[in-house]
Amino acid sequence: MQEFLWLIPTLPFAGFLTLALIGARLSRLSVMLIGVGSVALSAFVSVLVGVSFIAAPPHGYAYRETLWTWLQVSNFRPEIAFYLDALSLVMVLVVTFVGFLIHLYSTEFMSGEEGYSRFFAYMNLFMGSMLTLVLADNLLLLYLGWEGVGLCSYLLIGFWYREPANGSAAMKAFIITRIGDTAMAIGLIVLFNNLGTMQIQEVMLRASQQWPVGSSLAMVAAALLLGGAVGKSAQLPLQTWLPDAMAGPTPVSALIHAATMVTAGVYLIARTHVLFTLAPLVQSAVAVIGAVTLLLAAFSALTQRDIKRVLAYSTISQIGYMFLALGVGAWSAAIFHFMVHAFFKALLFLGAGAVILSLHDEHDMFNMGGLRSRLPLTFWTFLIGSASLSALPLVTAGYYSKDLILWQAWASRTGSPLLWAAGLAGALLTSLYTFRMVFLTFFGEAKTMDAQRHGNRMSVPLVILAFLSIAGGFVELPVSPGNQWVFTEFMGTALPAAAIIPTEAATQHALQLIASVTSLAGIFLAYIFFHRNSGSTKLPVRSPVGYAVHCFLSSGWGFDRMYDKLIVQPYVYLARLNKADVTDLIYRGIALLSKIIHQGLSIMQNGRLRWYALTIGIGAVAVLGLVVLL
Amino acid sequence: MAAVPMEHGLLLAAILFALGLIGVLVRRNVILVLLSIEIMLNSSGLAFIVAGSRWVQPDGQIMFIFILTMAAAEVSVGLALVLRFYHHFKTLDTDRANTMRG
Repeated sequence: MQEFLWLIPTLPFAGFLTLALIGARLSRLSVMLIGVGSVALSAFVSVLVGVSFIAAPPHGYAYRETLWTWLQVSNFRPEIAFYLDALSLVMVLVVTFVGFLIHLYSTEFMSGEEGYSRFFAYMNLFMGSMLTLVLADNLLLLYLGWEGVGLCSYLLIGFWYREPANGSAAMKAFIITRIGDTAMAIGLIVLFNNLGTMQIQEVMLRASQQWPVGSSLAMVAAALLLGGAVGKSAQLPLQTWLPDAMAGPTPVSALIHAATMVTAGVYLIARTHVLFTLAPLVQSAVAVIGAVTLLLAAFSALTQRDIKRVLAYSTISQIGYMFLALGVGAWSAAIFHFMVHAFFKALLFLGAGAVILSLHDEHDMFNMGGLRSRLPLTFWTFLIGSASLSALPLVTAGYYSKDLILWQAWASRTGSPLLWAAGLAGALLTSLYTFRMVFLTFFGEAKTMDAQRHGNRMSVPLVILAFLSIAGGFVELPVSPGNQWVFTEFMGTALPAAAIIPTEAATQHALQLIASVTSLAGIFLAYIFFHRNSGSTKLPVRSPVGYAVHCFLSSGWGFDRMYDKLIVQPYVYLARLNKADVTDLIYRGIALLSKIIHQGLSIMQNGRLRWYALTIGIGAVAVLGLVVLL
Repeated sequence: MAAVPMEHGLLLAAILFALGLIGVLVRRNVILVLLSIEIMLNSSGLAFIVAGSRWVQPDGQIMFIFILTMAAAEVSVGLALVLRFYHHFKTLDTDRANTMRG
């Protein structure tokens, strides 16, 4: 079955082409069938491929399928080829399956919108690009997918293009990720220049043969790739685009800006993990970036009013956990958290979308409240997603993945108690802001009168994702309960295991207990602050200092203002200074000269026969004179 | 018969050519312009004859016959054009016919 691998990205591309070419003339039903059907088929094929991969693993646990040679310039010979191993299989399964559920949800969510076929065309293009990204066998094809998802992100953030704010949010996302992408492109060129190939496995092989650990070339290449990953995954210092990206429709936020595209950076680092192992300094930088980002974003999430912005900051924070895991060499833990995060974050976004839709486009959580009884299904699924996000012990998937990351941040050879402490503090904040959101939205007094219920096409994805947010964690159980390592063992065929310093089981139990208590403490604090005492005047926010801090955090630690002051304004100032471009003087001079010559020549063209005869005579005399004299 | 020196013949040809050229340049009547061109043609013919007699070759006279033939053809075409010209502009002044100025 594995030879059908090429179908997985091709089907969404076919859907995109159909919708882009004739979508405007199709009925809504056929648009729906094509848009969702292509992704559903793709998900079906990936399940078939996955089953056959697990049932009959190919040699070396990797399957490569070459379609054709893309282009050939001497020894630069990238191919259109797909590469399937445990890592890309997990990515493909999550992307297609979550993508399918979100497409299904969108059919109802977007039903009242114009541009229905445009929406599904972009979504299908996104799916195709994302699948190309994760299946690419060489770095150039990966880069194609990488830019493709960036383009779709831009198109879909600005989907409601009549609102100027949406357009500028789209541009912001595009330009800021472009900074990272430029670094990544340079990184790819560095790799090709020094190793002479683009094919990922070959690059990794040659890098480990030619570059010693800590060599400067490995550091440069890894740092440049990290730049790309940081831009795409909205990590410090390029994280500012993601909260604004919430201007897009909610299914887009769920699919692109939570579950799949923003984790492309995590995938890139995991895919090129050999490079990062060769550059320990850069790898530590990954861990530090992850730890700092997860804390900053969690603080910001705590102060947002817009439910989608809470989730956006939470996404940044959770990807921070994945970076932390990557940075300490816990490759499979990062991918495990990616998978679980994709389930529960997609669920939370879809739940938030359902709430927003039923309240007629109300985003402010302080205008919600009391929706528990009106939207019971949304409430329960949202609660499950929130429990998973805040790592409620034992029952949720988020607990197992986050616990694994915290444990490896402590015990890995490159980890440290400091990183662990940052992760733990983040966990406390996570459950605090998550349940702040739950309490504000679903508990308390109802502030709006009507809340429409929604139909099956929105409910089914919520229920399935809620199931996965709980069950998805049981493939990997720590020492207690279970000691099951199915996921890590499977990942072990593609990614090396984390280098753990052996510790006693007692330490492990103690750490687990601390993490569980932290998560519960966060929920309890949220209950006190935002449910029981929500009207109290003693809350820290009410004091002037507290309010200033609140505003500072709520604006995302002032990064936007800082970039505006440090980069945008000087740039605009310089641009204004040089409005009459200096270099243009040369070209303007050339234009002026030809204009003068033109005027002179057109005076001579006066229509007088005698004048023409004179010039002919002068010309003849001049030529003859030259002949005689020379 | 004392031969006329070549220099004299050529000088005469040059003077005639210059007169013809000046005529083309200063005359505004199109018929007189044609006439001046005729003078220029004949001056060059004279130069051929002089050169032919200097080197005792028939080529000069052959060239002159060619020039005569060409002049006849040119005059016939030229006069036809002058007729059209007069029809169109109701004048023979070349400066009035500057409708194609740039």
